[in-house]
Amino acid sequence: MAERLLEVEGLKVQFATEDGVVRAVDGVDFTLERGEVLGIVGESGSGKSVTALTLLGLTRDKNTRFEGDVRYKGQSLLKLPERKLQEIRGNELAMIFQDPMTSMNPVYRVGDQIVEAITTHEDVSKRNARRRATELLRQVGIPNPDRRVDDYPHQFSGGMRQRAMIAMALANNPDVLIADEPTTALDVTIQAQIIELIDRLKDEFNSAVILITHDLGVVAEVADEILVMYAGRVVENGAKRDIFYDPQHPYTWGLLGSIPRLDRPKPKRLHSIQGSPPSLINPPRGCKFRPRCPQAFEKCQEEPGLENRVEQKGHLDRCWLTVDEKRRLRERTLAGEAQEVA
Amino acid sequence: MSSDPKANGNLLEIKHLKKYFPIRKGLLQREVARVHAVDDITLTVAKGETVGLVGESGCGKSTLGRCIIRLLEPTDGDIVFQGQSIAKLGAGAMRPLRREMQMVFQDPYASLNPRKRVGSIIGDPLTIHGLGDRNERKKQVEELLETVGLSPEHYNRFPHEFSGGQRQRIGVARALALRPKLIVADEPVSALDVSIQAQMINLLEALQDDFGLTYVFIAHDLGVVRHVSDRIAVMYLGKLVELSPAEELYQRPIMPYTEALLSAVPIPDPDLSEQRERIVLEGDVPSPIHPPSGCRFHPRCRYATDICKQVEPPLTDYGNGHLAACHHPLNVDKETLAQVTASEKYSPRSADEDVLPDAPSKKKSSPIPEKG
Repeated sequence: MAERLLEVEGLKVQFATEDGVVRAVDGVDFTLERGEVLGIVGESGSGKSVTALTLLGLTRDKNTRFEGDVRYKGQSLLKLPERKLQEIRGNELAMIFQDPMTSMNPVYRVGDQIVEAITTHEDVSKRNARRRATELLRQVGIPNPDRRVDDYPHQFSGGMRQRAMIAMALANNPDVLIADEPTTALDVTIQAQIIELIDRLKDEFNSAVILITHDLGVVAEVADEILVMYAGRVVENGAKRDIFYDPQHPYTWGLLGSIPRLDRPKPKRLHSIQGSPPSLINPPRGCKFRPRCPQAFEKCQEEPGLENRVEQKGHLDRCWLTVDEKRRLRERTLAGEAQEVA
Repeated sequence: MSSDPKANGNLLEIKHLKKYFPIRKGLLQREVARVHAVDDITLTVAKGETVGLVGESGCGKSTLGRCIIRLLEPTDGDIVFQGQSIAKLGAGAMRPLRREMQMVFQDPYASLNPRKRVGSIIGDPLTIHGLGDRNERKKQVEELLETVGLSPEHYNRFPHEFSGGQRQRIGVARALALRPKLIVADEPVSALDVSIQAQMINLLEALQDDFGLTYVFIAHDLGVVRHVSDRIAVMYLGKLVELSPAEELYQRPIMPYTEALLSAVPIPDPDLSEQRERIVLEGDVPSPIHPPSGCRFHPRCRYATDICKQVEPPLTDYGNGHLAACHHPLNVDKETLAQVTASEKYSPRSADEDVLPDAPSKKKSSPIPEKG
């Protein structure tokens, strides 16, 4: 069995705000093994980014409350002193941020920013660090890295900046690479390049990847395991093929059904999930998806646990419907047929 | 929705449109170079039709959209709207026409004034054009809110009280306020979540039927574009490289760039995703300041030969309203190839109209696998 790198157990993150307590993450569990790609899928406000930031201790604040545990190689991270955490962050756990336009410092040269990432964690000469920065830029596919290493971020295109961000994240050969919507700001052609790159580098650097995205098409390609989040909770969790071919939660199959697909004939109207995501301050009672769920019934007033309800072990979901009902009810939605509008 | 362009007449005709942005340098602000954002594009949009404009960032699709509704003044060429040339009209002469054409912007967070209430955001176009008195305007705004799926009680709220999807609905209501004929929608759904995207697309389609709207729909998401469009125009570095009825573009792309774009769209199905051959385009879009010679796509094209570097291919008519500019067209058989002619109307003046595509396609290319 592969080495277990990360264990997240009952993670809750709450922010105290003027309007009340925001339950951004409300009970998330997962594990991550070396070589694995975990896709976390959800809409804005589902808690996927907060989960990722919390792994790196980037949500620490006097107004934040944590519950549960995050363990990296057995070591608990949530209460680790900031100094110790800094040794791990960027070194063993590294992050690729969503927006390549704003997550680099515009007044420093790209190369210097990578050099800084290296020298922060390692005792190497500047010259060596610079050589490594150039090599990293070459590995992520920047043309003329010897010259480009001295460019400023604004001289790079969006795709190149995202590559430079990846180079920076890989600078210290991290065990876990967390990519938060790494391709959302990019064109499809560049997106394809970046996904391929992350997939290749994962093998070269022998790391594990957490890929956070709202795009099921992206995870279909690279993920091994998928976590579907809704309103701070995991609503479904399983191997990639189980999630795509045997989705158990109405939210998951709703998402799958609402993507305009090129591989199918065009439907007259698109399937859509009615309503909008709930407030995280006053979430609905019972199942969080109930107000938007076309299949909701009485029992949904009470929240279902995340349990294994299908034959496939390790495929968990949070829905009261029986497996047979689910398989019957989801058919039309998965085919992309629009529901009748009441 | 779909309509025969000839029967209805064209609402919009874009003729050899060019938009260059000068780059100025030095004390005297001399023009040292130009960004060729839109470079000789001809396109017509029929009444009631939806034309999708696709391409990577920097291809000029947004600039073209902004020229159409005259937020930008074209450098050269003409725009004919309802039979009237508007490319050179001044601000005063444009004003009455602004009622007829509106825009929906990409970013629902940046395109609504945070200090104004929803009622005045949607009602301002009515005030500016002096339509109705206060009460009538209020009533109309409330109706508009209902039309786009919001509630009349939202009248006095501020934009920050709404989610992204709701804000985009406000943007649509504002565009609809003056009952325009043409709406240019610039990436109207790309900032929205998947579940909300589908709602928005359905709304836009319903509104088109109810109000008889004509859309120019700008997007980089080929899945969305296919769903809403009757015809699709593919742009690359300021040029129109392929124009086709929507479905046909997906079944039978002729220009290799279109083929690559299609193959880059992720398919939410692990098995299909593994099966298909993916064409990963190397590098980025070249600079529009010094665009490549000949066919602008040649540095990234896997079929490129010498002729592509030297001669700009004309937009060639492959029948059924399907045009493409390529020396090595895909998915075209020999017989068709023998009959094709360069389209006099659509081809840029810089293209060499005598040079017709020669090499017959080596194989049938279908970037999207079918299940089964």
